[in-house]
Amino acid sequence: MHNVNYDKLDFSVPVEAIGVRSQFGSNVINENLNLQLKSGEILGVVGGSGSGKSVLLNTLLGLKSPDGGVVNIFGHDRKHITADELKYFENRVGVLFQGGALFSSLTVRENIMVPMRLHTNLPVPLMRELADMKLDMVGLPMTAATLNPSDLSGGMRKRAGLARALALDPRILFLDEPTAGLDPVGATAFDELIVQLREALGLTIFMVTHDLDTLFATCDRVAVLVDKHIAIADTLDNVVKYDHPWVAEYFGGPRSRAAGLATQNKGIE
Amino acid sequence: MSASIQNSHEAYRLEIDQGQLIVHTYGRWNLDTIKSIDRALQADLRAIGYGKVKTSGEDYGVDDSEFGGVVFDFKELIRIDTAGAFILTRTIGCHDGMCRMWRVRNANPGQQILLTAAAHASAGMEVPPPKPWYEPLSRLGEGFLNGLRETYETIAFFGQFSVILFKMLLRPQRIRWKSVFSHIEKVGLDALPIVVVLSFFIGCVLAFMGSDLLEAFGAKVFVVDLVGLAVLREFAVLITAILMAGRSNSAFTAEIGSMKMRQEIDAMTVIGLNTGETLVAPRALACLVSAPILTFFAMVAGLLGGMLVTWSQGISPILFTARITEVVSINHFWVGMVKAPVFAMVIAIIGCRQGLAVGGSVESLGRRTTTSVVQAIFAIILLDAMFAMLFLQMDV
Repeated sequence: MHNVNYDKLDFSVPVEAIGVRSQFGSNVINENLNLQLKSGEILGVVGGSGSGKSVLLNTLLGLKSPDGGVVNIFGHDRKHITADELKYFENRVGVLFQGGALFSSLTVRENIMVPMRLHTNLPVPLMRELADMKLDMVGLPMTAATLNPSDLSGGMRKRAGLARALALDPRILFLDEPTAGLDPVGATAFDELIVQLREALGLTIFMVTHDLDTLFATCDRVAVLVDKHIAIADTLDNVVKYDHPWVAEYFGGPRSRAAGLATQNKGIE
Repeated sequence: MSASIQNSHEAYRLEIDQGQLIVHTYGRWNLDTIKSIDRALQADLRAIGYGKVKTSGEDYGVDDSEFGGVVFDFKELIRIDTAGAFILTRTIGCHDGMCRMWRVRNANPGQQILLTAAAHASAGMEVPPPKPWYEPLSRLGEGFLNGLRETYETIAFFGQFSVILFKMLLRPQRIRWKSVFSHIEKVGLDALPIVVVLSFFIGCVLAFMGSDLLEAFGAKVFVVDLVGLAVLREFAVLITAILMAGRSNSAFTAEIGSMKMRQEIDAMTVIGLNTGETLVAPRALACLVSAPILTFFAMVAGLLGGMLVTWSQGISPILFTARITEVVSINHFWVGMVKAPVFAMVIAIIGCRQGLAVGGSVESLGRRTTTSVVQAIFAIILLDAMFAMLFLQMDV
């Protein structure tokens, strides 16, 4: 079906940025940025507002081409991939945008079916069943299937967006602020959902987040984006100890201590 | 007794062992492959009589009661995704509405979780009820009722707004002049070129058609009466109103509608700004001011167009103007002009009301904008017909 050389695919490092530079005019956002996403891990990216997290996400997704350096996807340079390869990669990457980014003119079920219609030749009734199954997997009731996105609450919209991101069973999932705007209960449930899905589907997850609770509860590694590049990408314990004023402030604040405490308590239970 | 029926497919092998159905899976069960697997699996299950409840004892070769449970064997499976897991649990675990006990062996924990999730999903699925035969009729009825409701609500909105406008006119300092003038520029000044050009062409066409027809009766000079009457009484004001409905009315709906979508309207209400005063009144006043002026220019342009064409037909501009002043009374001018503010009000009210009725979705914004233009043009033509009858009775 796809004219893709499978031998050249590198699944151990699905996404990699090497020396990436992004700039708007003379305003440099990312400079000499190196980051590796390893297969099967949940990587959280943190950084202050305006530090270039969204630009990094867009660069990795291919929405913006880097002004310098290389972005590799499954070991291929994004700049030099063929249309067939691109299609193959599209099938293996799911994205949850911040607001869900559901198509407002379609029902939730139709939204989930869009990637299937585009990339598979399944019969429509089967697509419908699969869409309903994804809804169930992300914890939405079946009654949500026929609703319009505007009828959903913020949390439900995120779950529906996640269901659409999972429509083609991607290898990699990009999450942009998955828990922003959710209440603490909803955010915790979402964190658990993400971990469960990783277990069940063997996903590799790249997550941009501000939410310390999410970082502590889900991420295997945390990458810190300061001074235009990734200063450190390591386990949370090592990142917390990293000597940088912004990191110290970020993880030393009262919110961080509370989140860390909550995770510890969970361990004791 | 242990029976062993084997139905093979490249992706699975079915085996019956001591009342248990064993499904050996091979290769990849994913989105790319499940289409053929699904079909083959359903056929093979039917062939071995799986899922059929025994009716009279001789239905199928295998009695249903033999199937005590199902075992999925993942020993030789390379990869399974949610779609594959769904096919497995939906087709075998819950066949023909019957759900059975199943378990899986030689699977890793991830696959186990995946199957459980898939089974949960396939168990809770329900088929939507088919549409009843009278569906088209009920939609027709709903459409009719909707039309009545829309009319009622538009009139109610007009009433509410009239009160606001009346109060504002009593206290003119509450009128937002800056906003009014900005809207006059957009609604009036910016529309002037297009209104003038269109009206000019209508005047030309009228004169052409008229002079051709009237020449047959040897009454060619009457084309001046025709152009004067038609342009002054009907065409100038209709062209203006229809263009305003297309340009400004849709803009009103889109502007106010997107403000509604972004909760700006809610914010205004909470702060204590009256949307009628801040949004509707400036637009309505702008329309009220612009429409008569535009109509006047449309009249001039239409007459000029007529004059140009009749000149080419041998009626000089001097004769044209002389005949106009002689036979076309000033009443005709006023008949046209008096309709302009009425149409303006209709356009502003419908545009603003539809904008305020926009819901949360982009789709509703589009629908409301369409509705707004259609309603406005419909109302304009309807009112114009009523005016025609009224003036006929009044003998003007």
